[in-house]
Amino acid sequence: MLWEALVAPFAEFGFLRRALVACLALSLAAPPLGVFLMLRRMSLTGDALSHGILPGVALGFLLAGLSPPALAAGGLAAGLLVALGAGALSRATGGREDAVLAALYLSALAAGVALISWRGSPVELTQLLFGSVLGVDDAALLLAGGAASAALLFLALAWRPLALECFDPGFGRSVGLRGGWWHLGFLALVVLTLVASFQAVGTLMAVGLMMLPVVAARHWARGLGGMVLAAVGLAVLASVLGLLGSYHADVPTGPAITLCAAGLWAVSLLLGPVDGLWARWRPPRHLEG
Amino acid sequence: MTPELVVRNLTVTHGRHPAVHHASFRLAPGGKMAVVGPNGAGKSTLLRAIAGLHPPAEGRIEGAGRVALLPQSGDLDRGFPLTCRDAALFGLWSEAGAFRPLAAPERAEQALAAVGLSGFARRPVGSLSAGQFQRVLFARLLLQDAPVILLDEPFNALDARTVEDLLGVLRRWHGEGRSILAVLHDLDLVRREFPETLLLAREVIACGPTAQVLSAENRLRARMMAEAWAEHAAPCARAA
Repeated sequence: MLWEALVAPFAEFGFLRRALVACLALSLAAPPLGVFLMLRRMSLTGDALSHGILPGVALGFLLAGLSPPALAAGGLAAGLLVALGAGALSRATGGREDAVLAALYLSALAAGVALISWRGSPVELTQLLFGSVLGVDDAALLLAGGAASAALLFLALAWRPLALECFDPGFGRSVGLRGGWWHLGFLALVVLTLVASFQAVGTLMAVGLMMLPVVAARHWARGLGGMVLAAVGLAVLASVLGLLGSYHADVPTGPAITLCAAGLWAVSLLLGPVDGLWARWRPPRHLEG
Repeated sequence: MTPELVVRNLTVTHGRHPAVHHASFRLAPGGKMAVVGPNGAGKSTLLRAIAGLHPPAEGRIEGAGRVALLPQSGDLDRGFPLTCRDAALFGLWSEAGAFRPLAAPERAEQALAAVGLSGFARRPVGSLSAGQFQRVLFARLLLQDAPVILLDEPFNALDARTVEDLLGVLRRWHGEGRSILAVLHDLDLVRREFPETLLLAREVIACGPTAQVLSAENRLRARMMAEAWAEHAAPCARAA
């Protein structure tokens, strides 16, 4: 019974196994990036970027159809444009970066949906927005694996500078840290990971695996390393459960995985030992010192 | 070997308005100098310029090759999930950079012990009081091991005990022959602890032995100079 519900789908269908591998690769890479996004108070930036890649994906789709390399190249270019454009525009015009970002991503989302609807079918639109297990072909799998490896490698190298740039940018400058460049590289990896995610989980839901496990992980660990480990664990769990849910209930993979991640967040919020609601309602007696 | 810090005719501007105006002074190797002046006198800007964070509009700074700056804790994220040990270890940045492994990381525990935080190594910085946090920043300064140390209002909002402990750290640096330049507001403390003082009101009002510099006449001049700020000032005609 349990075998049939949990293992049989993967044993039986090759496409599910491929989707699983892609999602597991992304579960390893996206949450650590998300942790740094959250710590920089940029939780919503990931969301904006995931919308920002859509017009690029749409252009790729118009030029080459549903071909992963074209979609990925278009998404990468558009995502970087939004990420860099928001920073540059807000600096040049004295506005706030979050306001510029909101304006950019709304425009990008509208342009993307309009472009895809113009030439594509509703099925293709749904697939691009929300992902499809069937969409994970060899190229998509390679892209997911490659992006995840690049992101993990970058984080291994950039851990110290990123932590310093988040914690005390002023001190970083005084000891010669080029915080801006590290930040730029970091944003590029965020965009790359989002682009690599979208074939499995769709552009709208790509950020689900990046942010939800991270917000949940805050309730399980206090330190930076512990948070990253907890977030990766939760993301892996959400991926497996989400793919199974997608298969059994016949819903798109993106929303299924994101819903599972949301469920895990709700559980963490209620029961997590760090700042969880249960711990708030029933605080243990205060300590002696 | 501590170099002599020489500031020659230094002007640092915010926009086109000078925050530090044609300032010249010297800090001898191993010297201990307080920087005193009213709010807006350019004290923080002077320190940031010496630390290389604010490029001068005119003039030169010599002997500022390896300086450690303790800024006013402004843009620091105290909620960041770091332990005291990790926060202090950033002091080894100039030695280890972004990638190299840390040589002898147990120095962090020693530095924390030296500022009175034995046993705090694994505590998250978010759980510290303001005084304890300032001690962590001093531990980071200890690890920076710089010959010239710049402190921007290091004792603000600290209790007497913490100030006394941190003054002990300053005396230790002084004993090791490092140069110290500290922005301070407590004139009694300056008279007690600092042999030399720089009185700044955008321009140098006086620089030298503390008792002479902090005369009533000098302090009055400083206050009047700092308040004279004109929206539409003419370009400065003094020779560069």
